Amino acid sequence: MLKIENLHATVGETAILKGLSLTINAGEIHAIMGPNGAGKSTLAYTLGGRPGYEVTEGSATFDGQDLLALEPYERAAAGLFLGFQYPVEIPGVSNLQFLRESLNAQRKARGEEPLSGAEFIKLAREKAALLRMDMEMLKRPVNVGFSGGEKKRNEMVQMGIIDPKLALLDETDSGLDIDALRIVGEGINAIMRKGDKAVLLITHYQRLLDLVKPDFVHVLAGGRIVRSGGPELALELEEQGYEAVA
Amino acid sequence: MTNVIPLPTRRDEAWRYADLDALARVWGEVPLAPERIVVPAGETLSRQIVLPVALSGVSITDLDVEIEAGATFALHLLATDADYGRMSIHVLLHEGAHFEMGGAILGHSDQTLEIVTSVNHAHPNATSNQVVRSVLAGRATGSFLGKVAVARHAQKTDASQSVKAMLLDRTATANAKPELEIYADDVKCAHGATVGELDKQALFYMAARGLPPQVARKLMLQAFIADAFVSLDDDAARETIETRALAALEGLA
Repeated sequence: MLKIENLHATVGETAILKGLSLTINAGEIHAIMGPNGAGKSTLAYTLGGRPGYEVTEGSATFDGQDLLALEPYERAAAGLFLGFQYPVEIPGVSNLQFLRESLNAQRKARGEEPLSGAEFIKLAREKAALLRMDMEMLKRPVNVGFSGGEKKRNEMVQMGIIDPKLALLDETDSGLDIDALRIVGEGINAIMRKGDKAVLLITHYQRLLDLVKPDFVHVLAGGRIVRSGGPELALELEEQGYEAVA
Repeated sequence: MTNVIPLPTRRDEAWRYADLDALARVWGEVPLAPERIVVPAGETLSRQIVLPVALSGVSITDLDVEIEAGATFALHLLATDADYGRMSIHVLLHEGAHFEMGGAILGHSDQTLEIVTSVNHAHPNATSNQVVRSVLAGRATGSFLGKVAVARHAQKTDASQSVKAMLLDRTATANAKPELEIYADDVKCAHGATVGELDKQALFYMAARGLPPQVARKLMLQAFIADAFVSLDDDAARETIETRALAALEGLA
């Protein structure tokens, strides 16, 4: 589904990704761990197409399509979902309006009919319930006045409504208390653990991986994948730290 | 017929950012007497004014408002269609009166658009609230000059101004000039002004959810100018002026 080969990327003048290769197939859940500054968020932003993140070498294809040639909104319409480490506040724009416009823009780009207001509300209710989020919060402006945990839960409600093929979740577990972490973990499983979908979890902690069990774990250091393994690699990292393992 | 009154100059504070060349072209035809509005004691009046389109490209609206004791006047303005457009509002508040104003200035290319207010709290216990939102593209200039005067015995005055401008191009100009003249000591006068650009992080966030840039910009600008009309209670009237504003926004983005 996603094939990254020898990816090099710079932010400003600084080279961050230095030859990263990674293949994710449908039905798989991958976790990327690694020390601060290794390039984990840069990988997520580069794949999402954030301005200022420049690819200098290498390729990334998504379902056979050149991902890097697409505009950020086209990547979303193609089925890529980027879960933000720091979800952005958008004053004055309600969550529901934002999501309905987003979903229908994606559907339009794919040549599908837009959802009616009633169909959309039904879908939003269902996904909000899954993440145990009050519908009232979805009527409020996007992320404005939300706590850190509420913002992350909101990301997962958005993911549920948008129903992507591939989710890149950048530290979705940071800032969550234990109960919220469980709800988010169960949400990821319910929405994304399907044969035709895939997930890349960027995380520092084993706790999320206890809930969303990865098929593969990778260690990212110095802008490259330095080691890959099964779920046991995460446990090894937890015990011994990055320096010993990578 | 020619006006006997000389053309204003930039030394006139209220004309500091005006397009005087454009004004000079039509100076003979500009009506010099403002429209007078009196809101009788205890009553509530609401007006919405969209700056009229003039053949000359110059459009000036001039109001002289008196709000009698305990009365409320709500004024909502949209300045968008003019090469040079000016809305000038003078308000006199009696005891316990309220003046509510929301204005949007939406300009592009070489337009010069301005809202100039002078709110006179001449008596105690009166309140005023002015909200202006500007969205400016190209080489447009949008200005708000807001003067609030509080007379010596006008205690318990509560006056506030909020002015925010969004520049879509680096070549556009926003001016925000609050001016407070307070002679009473037990009053509250707040003013705030900001000039900014669309939040790039928010634009990327919206793109990451699938919104094309022009749709994302429209949503953000729509939310930004909504502040100017939120105080308009009449839903139908608010919808009418917001629809006009949205159409003007389409021309900017």
